[in-house]
Amino acid sequence: MLNERIKPIVMPKWGLSMSEGKVTGWLKRPGSAISIGDELLEVETDKITNVVEAGETGVLRRVLGEPGTVYPVKALIAVLAEPDVPDDDIDAFISAYAAPASEDDGEAEAGPQYHTAETPAGTLRYAKRGEGGPAVLLVHGFGGDLDNWLFTIDALAENATVYALDLPGHGQSTKQVADPSLTGLSQAVLGFLDTVGVERAHLVGHSMGGAVSMRTALDAPGRVASLSLIASAGLGEQIDHGYIQGFVGATSRRDLKPVLETLFADRGLVSRKLVDDLLKYKRLDGVDDALRALSASLFADGRQTGVLAGQIAAQIADAGLPTLVVWGEEDRVIPAAHASALADTAQVAVIPGAGHMVQMEAAGKVNALLKEHIGKAS
Amino acid sequence: MSRKISMKQAINEALDLEMRRDPTVIVMGEDIVGGTGAHGEDDAWGGVLGVTKGLYAKHGNRLMDTPLSESAYIGAAIGAAACGLRPVAELMFLDFMGVCFDQIFNQAAKFRYMFGGKAETPVVIRGMIGAGFRAAAQHSQMLTPLFTHIPGLKVVCPSNAYDAKGLLIQSIRDNDPVIFCEHKNLYGLECEVPAESYAIPFGEANVLRDGDDVTIVSYGLTVHRAMEAATALAKDGTEAEVIDLRTLSPIDWDTIIESVERTGRLVVVDEAHPRCNLATDIAAFVGQNAFGALKAGVQMVTAPHTPVPFAPTLEDLYIPSADSIAVAARRTLAPGGQSPRIAA
Repeated sequence: MLNERIKPIVMPKWGLSMSEGKVTGWLKRPGSAISIGDELLEVETDKITNVVEAGETGVLRRVLGEPGTVYPVKALIAVLAEPDVPDDDIDAFISAYAAPASEDDGEAEAGPQYHTAETPAGTLRYAKRGEGGPAVLLVHGFGGDLDNWLFTIDALAENATVYALDLPGHGQSTKQVADPSLTGLSQAVLGFLDTVGVERAHLVGHSMGGAVSMRTALDAPGRVASLSLIASAGLGEQIDHGYIQGFVGATSRRDLKPVLETLFADRGLVSRKLVDDLLKYKRLDGVDDALRALSASLFADGRQTGVLAGQIAAQIADAGLPTLVVWGEEDRVIPAAHASALADTAQVAVIPGAGHMVQMEAAGKVNALLKEHIGKAS
Repeated sequence: MSRKISMKQAINEALDLEMRRDPTVIVMGEDIVGGTGAHGEDDAWGGVLGVTKGLYAKHGNRLMDTPLSESAYIGAAIGAAACGLRPVAELMFLDFMGVCFDQIFNQAAKFRYMFGGKAETPVVIRGMIGAGFRAAAQHSQMLTPLFTHIPGLKVVCPSNAYDAKGLLIQSIRDNDPVIFCEHKNLYGLECEVPAESYAIPFGEANVLRDGDDVTIVSYGLTVHRAMEAATALAKDGTEAEVIDLRTLSPIDWDTIIESVERTGRLVVVDEAHPRCNLATDIAAFVGQNAFGALKAGVQMVTAPHTPVPFAPTLEDLYIPSADSIAVAARRTLAPGGQSPRIAA
């Protein structure tokens, strides 16, 4: 009989492809009192390193995950319990802890990781997580793909049906971008929602995806239940054109890595795998043309051409469109100062110690903000 | 969409996609379709190991079975390339290069240079290379150093299906003659490969594993042995960086030098014979350009200076092993970092 007052901490599953992770170090000592949201340990995957936060309270009674060791997803790496739970019970809990189901079983339960939708804009790849609740659509930024929501999608899927798509020209979607403008991408988003049968969705957009989400809210207000704009384009003219040019132009690991380091406050987060995955994407036929067309249309002369701040502020005021703006304070691609464009009308959160990929670098904080915002707006 | 396919399938797919994209791409070689004069269905053979199987059904007479005369059809491919086609000629075993080498090194490799840049020769000569297939001394050699010696030739040797597809597409699109070396013992190895077309640029090595203690450079089959060695070394706390060259001409000197400047130790693994091969080339280049960074003598792990043995036990010993690579890496880490010469 397992004691319900004993709470396991297991190797998390971040994103669809993660099967194991390496404990790189503990941020709490055995015996520490833990509150929800406390940073417990760092885990490194082949894609990125991130912090595991506590989901429950208690005392960290046992630390089982050895630094430098790789554990499968769901493996027991620590135990939380109140101080009055006897040690014997904790030892019994650990020895009785069921071995995690194999990755294959997990996939069979969860269904295929990715789907494709035949839309008017072409074949689009997407992921879908969760059942019931409001529909949420995650829209990535320039050069990104749905895996940019690695730490977001499963957290939001706890109480929503969450879709994440690859925009045209990106990820594993069609590389044809018929109309490389915010309007064109917004039409693709609406066509996707039609194809998967979603009438109204909470849009969460990162960077260029934020501007696309705003364009969608302006063009089809009935389809957008709320907006969450993360390090969003479209709120000011300024953008690091060196980043855009560097990303489009890089063809080698050595060229691309320093460009990608611009995306994070902690440059060490740019792993070899992250660079490799992006190079594999950039080598696909059609990607170079798509990225050049988009950057010429959206970031001509080193400035953002589609500034929608005024229109969206009016929409928020007139139609009561619930809007959340999130930024990483150390964003080097689009300045966090752009958050002030909607300071009077939207909820604004600027997160210290995070860069442009704030939804990855401060996943716990961003997820909490998104869940609260979507919950209130539903 | 990405799925797992073998290196053999990846090469077939690259040929198929490029033939679809560009009508000037043709494929020729011995038995690459049904076998000249053979009875049975048109698409019976698809090459000696079936790499081109199924392409005839899709592209018909753009695939040509040639007579058993390498000097004739390799010459024809080079001439066709100079006249505007993009031929991919399969030489079956690259060991047969001997009978058509004049066409390759004295003609194809020199057209651009001798005609003042007015002639281009976009030909790919692909075929099998390497030992371990029980095919004896005349069908098992790693002759890459013969090709890298010739200015005007580009030389490619992939270690996996993803690289094979992207590098073959790049080879076909490239306007210079490319020798595309396929290790026959890697044909069945599967990995994730996108279904779409993509090209991997030449001269861009792949870093398969990061490490700060020792750099291991290799290409082709022995890349996998180097990775095994790195895993073994990691158990002792030694982190090896493993570099897969992917293309031998051009070669990615920058990645090698940058890595050695960080690790201070270098092991070069080459399945070719030990004299004047990629290992000696890289060791010499690093010695000349990064001597100050070296904390130990450069180690070379190569095949011995003998023909490839036919006896299976000897053939297995002939190819550099993970153990021999790990031993070489440990030598660079030993106090003093110097060592007796490895017996060739």
